[in-house]
Amino acid sequence: MISILPPKAPPRTVEFEIDGIPVRAPEGSTILDACRANAKQVPTLCFLDTLHPVNVCRVCVVEVEGSRVLVPSCSRKVEPGMKVRTDSERVRHSRKMVLEFLDSSVDLSTTPDVADWKAAYGCDSERYGPPAPLAPAGTRDHAHAGHHDAPDPDYRATVAQPVKVDNSLYVRAYEKCILCYKCVEACGTDFQNSFAIGVAGRGFAARISTEFAVALPESACVYCGNCIAVCPTGALMAKPEWDKRADGTWDESRQTQTDTICPYCGVGCTLTLHVQDNEILKATSPFDQTVTRGNLCIKGRFGWQYVQNRRQAEPTA
Amino acid sequence: MDLKLLNAEATAEERAAIDAALLAPSPIGASGIFAKRHLLLPALEAAQARVGWISEGAFTYICATLEVPPAEAYGVMTFYALLTPAPRARRVVHVCEDVACKARGADALIAELERAAGPAAHHVPAGDRILIGDDDVAWLPSPCLGLCDQAPAAFVQIAGERPVEELFGDVTVDRLRAAMGGALAIARVPRPRLPQAGDPSLRLLRRVDVADPTSLDDYRAHGGYEALRIALEIGPDAVIREVTDSKLMGRGGAAFPTGRKWDAVAKQPVRPHYLICNADESEPGTFKDRAIMEGDPFALIEAMTLAAYATACDYGFIYLRGEYPLAYERLANAIARARARGLLGENIMGSGFSFDLEIRKGAGAYICGEETAIFNSIEGFRGEPRNKPPFPVQSGVFGKPTAINNVETLVNVLDIVRFGGPAFAAIGTEGSTGTKLFCLSGHVAVPGVYEVPFGATLRDLIELAGGVAGSGRIRAILLGGAAGVFVGPDDLDMPLTFEGVRASQATLGSGVIMVFDDTVELLPMLQRIAAFFRDESCGQCVPCRVGTVRQEEALARIAAGKPRGGVATEISLLDEVGLAMKDASICGLGQTAYSALESAIHRLDLFGEQTGR
Repeated sequence: MISILPPKAPPRTVEFEIDGIPVRAPEGSTILDACRANAKQVPTLCFLDTLHPVNVCRVCVVEVEGSRVLVPSCSRKVEPGMKVRTDSERVRHSRKMVLEFLDSSVDLSTTPDVADWKAAYGCDSERYGPPAPLAPAGTRDHAHAGHHDAPDPDYRATVAQPVKVDNSLYVRAYEKCILCYKCVEACGTDFQNSFAIGVAGRGFAARISTEFAVALPESACVYCGNCIAVCPTGALMAKPEWDKRADGTWDESRQTQTDTICPYCGVGCTLTLHVQDNEILKATSPFDQTVTRGNLCIKGRFGWQYVQNRRQAEPTA
Repeated sequence: MDLKLLNAEATAEERAAIDAALLAPSPIGASGIFAKRHLLLPALEAAQARVGWISEGAFTYICATLEVPPAEAYGVMTFYALLTPAPRARRVVHVCEDVACKARGADALIAELERAAGPAAHHVPAGDRILIGDDDVAWLPSPCLGLCDQAPAAFVQIAGERPVEELFGDVTVDRLRAAMGGALAIARVPRPRLPQAGDPSLRLLRRVDVADPTSLDDYRAHGGYEALRIALEIGPDAVIREVTDSKLMGRGGAAFPTGRKWDAVAKQPVRPHYLICNADESEPGTFKDRAIMEGDPFALIEAMTLAAYATACDYGFIYLRGEYPLAYERLANAIARARARGLLGENIMGSGFSFDLEIRKGAGAYICGEETAIFNSIEGFRGEPRNKPPFPVQSGVFGKPTAINNVETLVNVLDIVRFGGPAFAAIGTEGSTGTKLFCLSGHVAVPGVYEVPFGATLRDLIELAGGVAGSGRIRAILLGGAAGVFVGPDDLDMPLTFEGVRASQATLGSGVIMVFDDTVELLPMLQRIAAFFRDESCGQCVPCRVGTVRQEEALARIAAGKPRGGVATEISLLDEVGLAMKDASICGLGQTAYSALESAIHRLDLFGEQTGR
């Protein structure tokens, strides 16, 4: 068949330098793409292949010759002749500080890789003082923009707050939230278009919230769990995982991951079942799966209990 | 759009106020997701002004009418300090606690107010109200209100069918109590006359306190609309050529060549183009744009019309900070009169060129003075700065090419067109052409806005303002605002040009010259600046969101005599935090949040004794 469209030109190649080494990358790629293609290690937190880069965490910053400030490699496109440095003193300093800022204000205990990065960049979060006592529930939810209480010289401020458990499917532990915007993107125009959550407030009091901080069942949430899938820190977690972690029985070394097809509708989403001791604990979908891009609906994400409805012990009369 | 809304009803009065706000003219060309959403902030402001806070009912009505998801609208509402999502008093007094007012007694005033009227409203649990007289009132501390020439200052808002907003200068507790009780006339003190009023050497300020700011005829009698007439004769390319030849640099703080910016917008094939005047003057210590907008509003309207003609813009916005009610009134009057005379709208002056504009009010967010944050704010999104590139000339408001300029920059163009670019370039120095407005405040005899040709030194300006007041001995001068630098008495001969300050590692910023005499303790000033940046950070990027907190905490530890590991260790911690904010923040707010602190610590050696250096 003869196409009426003109043949598409292959993307042009851009030649530039990373750490003094000449490299090439297709036009339109980001510095991060090029770094990864050339085996350069660049940490990321708010970046995910399947979402629009928001470049807010700033842990992926690199130095570009001629630029007054460091640039986020996740979103800056490569340009011919660009000279990129991924491991300069300035880069290492900013990464160290960003990691310290997060580690000193947020619970990163369930964020993968952070412990290694902290060691690699020489972080010391304790130098900001001991963490402030836990604020009562709702304090952060209702902080008024443009005002804050004077700092207590004995403590460092953190985002610590009680966990929000308002439904049976997943919990929101915003003490672990680094405000990467991923959940908001997944809930909004990037995927689900439910718009159940947004970023509210401002500055250090900025937070992920529903309107007027109402509980999820009163919000526009459809429980697709796509926010859980993209959360990099475990702030959003399916209830079974949360419970198992709380009682100390969550053990990834005893878990297997098995891919299958979701049995509900005709779309045929790939489901990855995370199983421990012959019990399904959660369902995810691979991010590189062309149909789902890591997303599922409420049925695929949470509707697997029937598989393991085991006969309960007969109640004794 | 299928929205899940809260089960709450707006009252009839809230609905009426919101409906009235939505009657505003719609900017030409805003379509798709922008078609209604850009009215979100005006609608929220209308609800707030009607009853003093935004109820769930009013909020839900706005979301339904504009088809904005509630979680997103909530994110927008809670971004602004002047919007309140919890019940609050109908009368609110915002008392400035910022540096210029602090130097002139704001701390004592606030302490006295606390004794007289109880704690500030942001400490009062939602629903509680403080009673004074027969109506409920509340007070809040406020960042700089742009009335530093009349410090200490306060901003009063009274909600109602005809909402009242007014800025008060030279406030005392008695006057504040009068204002809170509704006796505004008793609280009022006349605005000081422009110190240089009528001086024939003035260019930008020549009509201020000379011509009637409410009269178009008086404006024309003083040379008004001469520049636009010439521009329409010589054509847009010639206008840009004159502006380029004038070597005019932006006066908002970044000093970008205006001619280059305009040329880039004019050449964009994508249509429509938008023009934005950045009138969100919120840099602590800055009040020059207010002086122009209150004193010569037609000049800004003419300059914007001219700029729009040169850059082929179809529609314009003045993004005005919410705390400037008199400037709003004067500009709105000027727009209405210009429109009535065919100087705005279709076929301006019979030239075939059409352009119109409207005012958008901010709602208490310093960050919305950042050019890309303005775009988001106008579009109805959170005022978070965007990543650059793309630059505004390519993709600005509504994703279209946008020319965005500061008030002072725009008004400069009138004389450039009237007298030619080279004539303008002959004023000032080689690298800094024209005249510059400076905001003198703090310990000077006659605070106010002063206009001088570039090249004047810091000493010249202070002498122009009557010399050092207070003790008569300078401890420090804050140059360029909270995002600027502190300099000392040794720097008085620094020429205040772009190149002169650069050579001294200082900045002109927005033209702030705030003088502190040697009775002022600088550490509390630094703490206030740190608190300011923490309050005003949008919270988007980690270095600024957390860095501004960590630097405020380090200063608090030093001030409390509890430095961790000694003052020298705290200083190196501050340096480390500051460098990361400067290098890795998204926008200028984070990048300059340590600037003033750093200069006080290192340039003025504030902690010299404590560190044994």
